[in-house]
Amino acid sequence: MLENRHVISVRDFTREEIEVILDHAERMEEVYERGGDDRLSGKVLATLFFSPSTRTRLSFETAMLRLGGDVISLVGKEAASTAKGENLADTVRTVEKYCDAIVLRHPKEGAARLAADYASVPVINAGDGANQHPTQTFLDLYTIRKEKGRIEGLKVGLMGDLKYGRTVHSLAYALALFGAEIHLISPEELRMPRYIVRELEEAGAADVEEHRDVRPILGELDVLYVIRIQKEMFPDPEEYERVKGSYRITRELIEEHAREDLIIMHPLPRVDEVDPDVDELPQARYFDQVRNGVVVRMALLDLLLGGEE
Amino acid sequence: MPLKVRRIENGTVLDHLPPGTAPLILDILNVDVERTTVLMAINVESSKMGRKDILKIEGKFLEEEEANRVALIAPNATVNIIRNYSVAEKFKVKPPERIEGIVRCPNPNCITNDEREPVEPVFIRESTDDLEYRCRYCERVIRAEQLRELLR
Repeated sequence: MLENRHVISVRDFTREEIEVILDHAERMEEVYERGGDDRLSGKVLATLFFSPSTRTRLSFETAMLRLGGDVISLVGKEAASTAKGENLADTVRTVEKYCDAIVLRHPKEGAARLAADYASVPVINAGDGANQHPTQTFLDLYTIRKEKGRIEGLKVGLMGDLKYGRTVHSLAYALALFGAEIHLISPEELRMPRYIVRELEEAGAADVEEHRDVRPILGELDVLYVIRIQKEMFPDPEEYERVKGSYRITRELIEEHAREDLIIMHPLPRVDEVDPDVDELPQARYFDQVRNGVVVRMALLDLLLGGEE
Repeated sequence: MPLKVRRIENGTVLDHLPPGTAPLILDILNVDVERTTVLMAINVESSKMGRKDILKIEGKFLEEEEANRVALIAPNATVNIIRNYSVAEKFKVKPPERIEGIVRCPNPNCITNDEREPVEPVFIRESTDDLEYRCRYCERVIRAEQLRELLR
């Protein structure tokens, strides 16, 4: 089902296909725990990162290495011949000759789709501008399902910059596909765009509600997913100054209002939206997400490169 | 009022075009004006529309999907296929499934606006709404009327 597939947008996947990935990740746990195996021996993964990343690139590279494959890497605009004016289409047509799959992060929206148009090896989108970052969504879903045993019917709060946050748009769409109840918590200025809210309702969300304040809803949530305010996503720096720090998860807030079995997630890196002393609480799961990211990417690479579902 | 343009023998007549849009529509349909006989009526009286344009293209039979490209500019256009001076087929245009090449993406950070890349903008109609399109590349959703203003 997934062999040789490009992974560009969550929108390209059905619920059933996403479940295949999550199920395979579950089987991959055991491989991860014993330090990996050599099923991708002889395969080469190229990671092309035209915009900054720490965990995503390292996570993909680790996943490939843990399965016995090799990695070649092109990092930063200067490293690429794009500095000499080469376009992405040409870069992709060159790099695909060196490898069996490409992981691409690029500052322009739609870059991964363009790369996929030109590549005969699978292209995995590791972030195209403010648009999509599908493997982040897969690992988020995996974490929720692993912790809660299901996704359907769960009450999931998405909190923070819901206007510009790329992570949260893809995740919200996927949660809707799985029939979760979605609570959108953000300052007025950072509300989720109308067309996305409408789409969530159409995609199958059990319910979509908007909140300005997290407190009244916190006690009902199964999952609280927090994202940062990304300064670089703001066209207007004044708007950034106005809203930063206007939402923040503290230890007191969780201890007073949240359920014991709530899980708190964050795609990282955080700035100040989750206090460091929340890390010690039983609800914190963001560093587990990082771990799960490797497991999910191992599963995905294996499936794309011909592993059995 | 008698029509000011003559009948054609074989070809396509596009009627009920908003006034002033005929030259643009000719352009969108990729009509080779050096080899094709085209009769264009601009701003003629219309009982339904007040004023309208009419386009008659001799020797070209528009397929429905091709004619639907016109819907972006002329949502109420009617298409008459003429054979031997009479109407052989008549249909109204519908919003096209896919718009390729003729509209640029309004998102300045979309890869299709990067002149170095060999890529044409493509918009795909949303299944849930006839009047909304999604950029195949940056995935931004755009209303049909906004697309009209972005014709290249």
